[in-house]
Amino acid sequence: MGEFRMPALGADMVAGTLTEWYKHPGESVRRGDIIAAVDTDKGSIDIEVFEDGVVERVVVAEGQKVPVGTLLAVIRRVGETAPSPPVTPQPTVIPAAPPSPAAPVAPAAPSAPTQRPRVSPLARRLAAELGVDLAGITGSGAGGAIVQEDVEAAAPSGGDRQGRMRRAIAAAMARSKREIPHFYLATTIDFALASGWLAQWNAERKPAERLLPAVLLLKATALALLEFPELNARWENERVQPAEGIHIGVATSLRGGGLVVPALHHVNRKRLPPLMLELRDVVQRARTGNLRSSDLADGTITVTSLGERSADLVLGVIYPPQTAIVGFGSVVERPWVVGGVVAPRPVLMASLAADHRASDGHRGAAFLATIDRLLQSPEAL
Amino acid sequence: MTRAQVRQAVLDALITIVPEARPAEIKPAVALREQLDIDSMDFMNFVMALDETLGVDVPEAEYGRLSTLDACVDYLGGRLGIGAEPS
Repeated sequence: MGEFRMPALGADMVAGTLTEWYKHPGESVRRGDIIAAVDTDKGSIDIEVFEDGVVERVVVAEGQKVPVGTLLAVIRRVGETAPSPPVTPQPTVIPAAPPSPAAPVAPAAPSAPTQRPRVSPLARRLAAELGVDLAGITGSGAGGAIVQEDVEAAAPSGGDRQGRMRRAIAAAMARSKREIPHFYLATTIDFALASGWLAQWNAERKPAERLLPAVLLLKATALALLEFPELNARWENERVQPAEGIHIGVATSLRGGGLVVPALHHVNRKRLPPLMLELRDVVQRARTGNLRSSDLADGTITVTSLGERSADLVLGVIYPPQTAIVGFGSVVERPWVVGGVVAPRPVLMASLAADHRASDGHRGAAFLATIDRLLQSPEAL
Repeated sequence: MTRAQVRQAVLDALITIVPEARPAEIKPAVALREQLDIDSMDFMNFVMALDETLGVDVPEAEYGRLSTLDACVDYLGGRLGIGAEPS
């Protein structure tokens, strides 16, 4: 029998509330299927199962908050027979906080299709998190659609979603600054070749096939990490433990405030077009409240880019237990010396914040130089 | 197609990118990036939506001509051969 447990969706997560089962006892599941939703401090996350089989039984009921690692359900694997009646220990249930009534979570939407209100995806997920019945809400969005603000207004004490996210970010970042001896490096990269290559690529393609600079930066970072495994690693048990794959967490801002860091997997192995599709997909899902457990559990390093908001330089805070975060600023035109002549060139600043227990400045500088070198041959990325 | 229909198509595309936006509150002459807090990824999705609904492929070099709602209607109307409405 397979055990389906409450996953840890980030270093700061200690517990989660199971808000909805999408699969029920007797239903078949396949590896990668989403079988439940869990409410965390960073929002509602879809949880995937990692084996094929049949849901044998559910251990934790909807609405229960349980610690990370708690058995949620038992999966009967393909080829296994149904067992004799099980003896299942009761999960440790964490009581709801006083202001939140321990009422069961309301369904996200009424079952009758004719009564179904128009609801934005984010509002639907938020309603499930907060136990708000959408049937009782009058939408204020386009065409009467129910939007995030409507759900927050209907929730007791406004849901305090922002407050919970800020506290989650505070916990992870304070732990990072308290425990990790950061060192910081930055370099300015001539982005002319990359910009030119990108402009040419995009000019020849339809909008759906175009690339953003971010995808070049992610791929260059991933390829550089092959030579610097200590920066694609975890610091645990007083030693650096290099990760097996290069899974880059992409710091993604959310409209209305806060951020999440979903991961792109095996970035070094992927060509730019599929990587662009994955980036678009994960950012879209992050902003509509549709992230999955595998998006949040696997990051081995983080990349943050604040160039969109005209920041030249970002010096990040490492997301523990990772050992590094890479930052990219705006691509800007600057006077630049090329072949002894000053000329306007598009440049950007790349930065590294690294854990000094895992690496040193000499290695960090070489890592940034490698990213620079890779970006000078964009066609090879 | 009329300019009003182009404007509605632009608003529909924006709503798919920013579901929380209220069309009536979008200021026609203010930069979309600023008032809707959209970034290059959102903008790319916006251009894709316009391509799908209006059949207008906006070259990357002309993204700057889609800066505001009014600018979008002017540019897309021009590409679709729709003249300005009489005042």
